[in-house]
Amino acid sequence: MSGVRVLVGTQKGAFVMTSDAKRKQWDISGPHFTGWDIYHVKGSPADPNRIYAAQNTGWFGQIIQRSDDGGKTWNPVGNKFAYEGATGNHLWYDGTPRPWEFKRVWHLEPSLTDPDTVYAGVEDAALFRSTDAGQNWEELPSLRQHATAPNWAPGAGGMCLHTILLDKAHPDRIFIAISSAGVFKSEDAGKSWRPANKGLHSEGIPDPNAEVGHCVHRIAMHPSRPDTVFMQKHWDVMRSDDAGESWREVSDNLPSDFGFPIDVHPHDPETIYVVPIKSDSEHVPPDGKLRVYRSRTGGNEWEALTNGLPQSNCFVNVLRDAMAVDSLESPGIYFGTTGGQVYGSADAGDSWAPIVRDLPAVYSVEVQTLR
Amino acid sequence: MIRVVLPAHLRNLARVNGELTVEVAGPTTQQSVLDAIEAGYPMLRGTIRDQVTHKRRAFIRFYACEQDLSNDSPDTPLPEAVATGNEPFLVVGAIAGG
Repeated sequence: MSGVRVLVGTQKGAFVMTSDAKRKQWDISGPHFTGWDIYHVKGSPADPNRIYAAQNTGWFGQIIQRSDDGGKTWNPVGNKFAYEGATGNHLWYDGTPRPWEFKRVWHLEPSLTDPDTVYAGVEDAALFRSTDAGQNWEELPSLRQHATAPNWAPGAGGMCLHTILLDKAHPDRIFIAISSAGVFKSEDAGKSWRPANKGLHSEGIPDPNAEVGHCVHRIAMHPSRPDTVFMQKHWDVMRSDDAGESWREVSDNLPSDFGFPIDVHPHDPETIYVVPIKSDSEHVPPDGKLRVYRSRTGGNEWEALTNGLPQSNCFVNVLRDAMAVDSLESPGIYFGTTGGQVYGSADAGDSWAPIVRDLPAVYSVEVQTLR
Repeated sequence: MIRVVLPAHLRNLARVNGELTVEVAGPTTQQSVLDAIEAGYPMLRGTIRDQVTHKRRAFIRFYACEQDLSNDSPDTPLPEAVATGNEPFLVVGAIAGG
C-alpha cells in the first residue's frame, strides 16, 4: 500500500510523520534527538529506509545521524568535516577577510542512485561527500577554492551552502546555492565549478553584472526537465531555461517576491509553489495571511492558495528547506513554519490542513513517497 | 579506572546512564582521558574538543575536585583523586543564554 513519510527538522529535535495515501490520519514519532537543532532530515531516493539527519548545537557541535529502518532507530555516523588543504579567506560582514571555519551542516542530499552516497552542504560554505553511508566525509574542495571565493560573504544566517540539486539525466551535473554568493554549477561531478548567476539583479550590488554576491534562498527543478531551474532569491522569483546559464524574473503578481522556499509540482514541471514573505526586514506573511502561491505557467501568473491556512493574525515564516512535495497521483505539498505548524495538502495545494500545530520552530520538511 | 561525568546530551548520544569509566595507560591528563573517552565512545568525537585541532569547544568546561581545569594545558596531570578514581572528571556544558 502506498503512503508517505514526512521528515521534519526543528529547533528542538526531529519528527517522523507517516500516513497512507489519503494523508488524513498521521502517526507522529519524535522528538528524536530532543533539544538539538535539526537543520535537515532527508531520505535516500534509492532506499527509503535510509535516512540521514543533521544534528547540531552550539555546545557540542555537529553530529550526523543515520537510520536504516525508515526513522525508527538512529545511529550517529561520521562527523569530521575538515576542509581540504589551506582554508583561505572569505569576506566578513564588515568587508574584512575571515578564514573559513566549519560551523554546521545545513543540508544533506542523498544520491539519487546509491543509498551510501550523500552530499552535505555546510557553513562556512563548502560541499562534502560521503560514499560510505556517512562514516567518512571528504570535501569537494574546488568549489571553496573557486577564484571568486575570497569575495563571498555571509548572509544574515551565515555563509551557508544550503541547496544541492542532483540530476539523474545528467549524473555529472550538480547545482549548489550559497547565501550570499549565489548559484554554482558543476558539469563534472564536482571537480570544477562556475558561477551561474547571469541575469540576477540584487539591491546593494553596484555591479549589475556581478558574478557572485547574490543571496539565493533556494533553487528547484523538475527531474523531467532538468534544464529548467526555478529560484527564490532574497527578493525576486527567477527562472532559467538553459540550465542556469541565464535567469529571468517571473515574480509578476505575487504580493511580495521575497521568500525562502520554492518547489515544483511532481507531475507538472510548469507548476511551482512559493510562500511570499512581506520583506527582508520583517520576515512575516503579508497582511498576516499565510498563503502559498502557485503558478501553473512556470511563473508570472500566480494564484493564492488559502483554503485551510490562517488568513488573519498569522506572523510565522517558512524557511528555505521547509517545503516538500510527494509524488502520489494527487500530489501532496507540505511546509513547516517557524511557529511550529506543519501543513499538508493532498490535492496539490487546493486545500490544506495542519498535520501538527505545536512543534518547535520548523527548519526543514522533506517527504518520501512510499509504494 | 577514571570516572567521567558527561552532560545529559552527551550521555544520551553515547547511550550511557550516569558516569562512564575509562582506562588510561600512562599519565592521567585531560588529553589522555579525552583520548580514552573518544576511543571507547567514537560518537563523542568532536563534541567535547575539535577533531582536528583538539581545542576544547567554546561552551565546554572541565572540572574536578572543585577546581576549574578548563584552561589547563591538555598535558597537565589531573588531580590524583581523579587518577585513582576517587573523584570524577566533570565535562560540563557551560551555562549560556539570556
